[in-house]
Amino acid sequence: MSRPKETIRIACGQGFWGDMLDAPVRQVREGPIDYLMLDYLAEVTMSIMQKQRARDPQAGYARDFVPLMREILPDCVGRRIRVTANAGGVNPKGCAEAVRDVARELGLAGKLKIGTVSGDDIMGRLDELLERGVELRNMDTGAPLSEVRERVQSANAYLGAWPIVEALNQGAQVVITGRSTDTGLTLGPMIHEFGWDETDWDRLAAGTVAGHIIECGAQSTGGNCQYDWQNIPDLADVGFPIVEARPDGTFVVTKHEGTGGRVNLPSVKEQLVYEMGDPKAYITPDCVADFTSIRLEDAGADRVLVYGVRGTPATEFLKVSISYAAGFKAVGTLVYAWPDAYAKARAADQILRARLDRLGLKFEQVLTEFVGANATHGPLAGEPGGDAPEVQLRIGVRGEDRKSIERFTKEIAPLILTGPPAVTGFAGGRPKVEEVVAYWPALIPKTEIESSVEVTEV
Amino acid sequence: MRIKLLKLAHARSGDKGDTANVGLIALREAFYPLLARVVTAERVKEHFRGLVKGGVERFELPNLGALNFLLHESLGGGGTLSLMTDAQGKTFSTALLRMEIDVSDEEARSLGVEIPNG
Repeated sequence: MSRPKETIRIACGQGFWGDMLDAPVRQVREGPIDYLMLDYLAEVTMSIMQKQRARDPQAGYARDFVPLMREILPDCVGRRIRVTANAGGVNPKGCAEAVRDVARELGLAGKLKIGTVSGDDIMGRLDELLERGVELRNMDTGAPLSEVRERVQSANAYLGAWPIVEALNQGAQVVITGRSTDTGLTLGPMIHEFGWDETDWDRLAAGTVAGHIIECGAQSTGGNCQYDWQNIPDLADVGFPIVEARPDGTFVVTKHEGTGGRVNLPSVKEQLVYEMGDPKAYITPDCVADFTSIRLEDAGADRVLVYGVRGTPATEFLKVSISYAAGFKAVGTLVYAWPDAYAKARAADQILRARLDRLGLKFEQVLTEFVGANATHGPLAGEPGGDAPEVQLRIGVRGEDRKSIERFTKEIAPLILTGPPAVTGFAGGRPKVEEVVAYWPALIPKTEIESSVEVTEV
Repeated sequence: MRIKLLKLAHARSGDKGDTANVGLIALREAFYPLLARVVTAERVKEHFRGLVKGGVERFELPNLGALNFLLHESLGGGGTLSLMTDAQGKTFSTALLRMEIDVSDEEARSLGVEIPNG
């Protein structure tokens, strides 16, 4: 067995499905890396993929991943860069087959192995689980899943780093998973390279913190950074984050030389607190990381050293992400111009609400916002002072009855000719009725989930 | 004197269901004890009146010079259910930085905070 490497460089190429398309390509081409991790799955993504798969058994994964592989696979094979991606969605095997076809077309047959991780999808097992008394209660409300069972569209347990480690151990160059944690995509390569033990909680926590720092792409390299935002250099050319990990669990957060953005203590701190709950208990399938133990040190230009991370044993449960149909919604907007823009928008809102009442439409929720006055900070923004140049009226409705929502969408345009003056902004046509897919977080005992790893030669 | 948190801290916010989190980070290490003393869960709950319907929890991260706040029932149902422009609570960060706190001139001077108008 070869000696573990001194450091490995793990690069994030995608912070969410829809992130900058060229970011992963640049991570591969603009400097040295050993691993490329790509996060494709948001909570709602799984339900979209489940529907795609229902229509087409070959579909149900992040399609963008396949053309990306076509572009970078030759570089990855040539430079032995390994890829971990949760692009598999609800069909990791379908995704792997598509990548295999691409690899063969590129003349890479016999030159790489592709690994798939599955077992996270429990959609087909729900009734059996419920019958056996696994209630999958909503973690926020405590309600049992049986309340929405017939409306469920997808159900996936979050798998952690270990199945990814297994695939890497078997020689996979590209590891495609379904619903695995974002952090596992970064931690997996570290465990594989450094041979960390499954009870080495401090190191597992360190790798988890590393994963958390890079999983949102440029949000740790100067993007969406409050601190000194005016002076962050060249965001047009922003570099995505890279961790340089060492066997002892310490690591440096950095980015490729010559790219834009900035890695410093404030940029890393801001990402550390992003979506944080109880900082002493950042729970993943692999460990519980204590964010109050993290130590940061400035290690030069665009380099932050992270050390001291402590962890405690993993829990006996996995989180389950369940999506279910929860009615419909639509949002309409109109723009009112000076003078008295805010007063006009308010008047238009009153008129519209009176008409919706007269039509006898029933909604579960109606929300009016005045963009330019209070849409983000609500009452904290205070009453708008002065005479604003323009204000956008934004009104949204949500409910179970699709017909009521559809009727609402037909009441926006008429306001232009039947309401307050100097109004515009309706070029996009009627608002679209959207199906609402809500999210049901639950826990399941680890003993109920068996992940499966398959590694095959192209 | 009254100082806006904007002069003392930076912040980032995000969501977990119908709960928004705001991480408040001291601009300088020396500001952290002041923030930890004054920016209590109660103060934050009062500050977000009308925007946050549920309770507010606070966690301390002295290692990062940061406080983490969980603002429950603040995102109009959260996720896809919400009709809000900011359904993910991304701008709750600067909403918290609007808060004004009272600091004695002496403490402000010792912390090196810029005193408006001399």
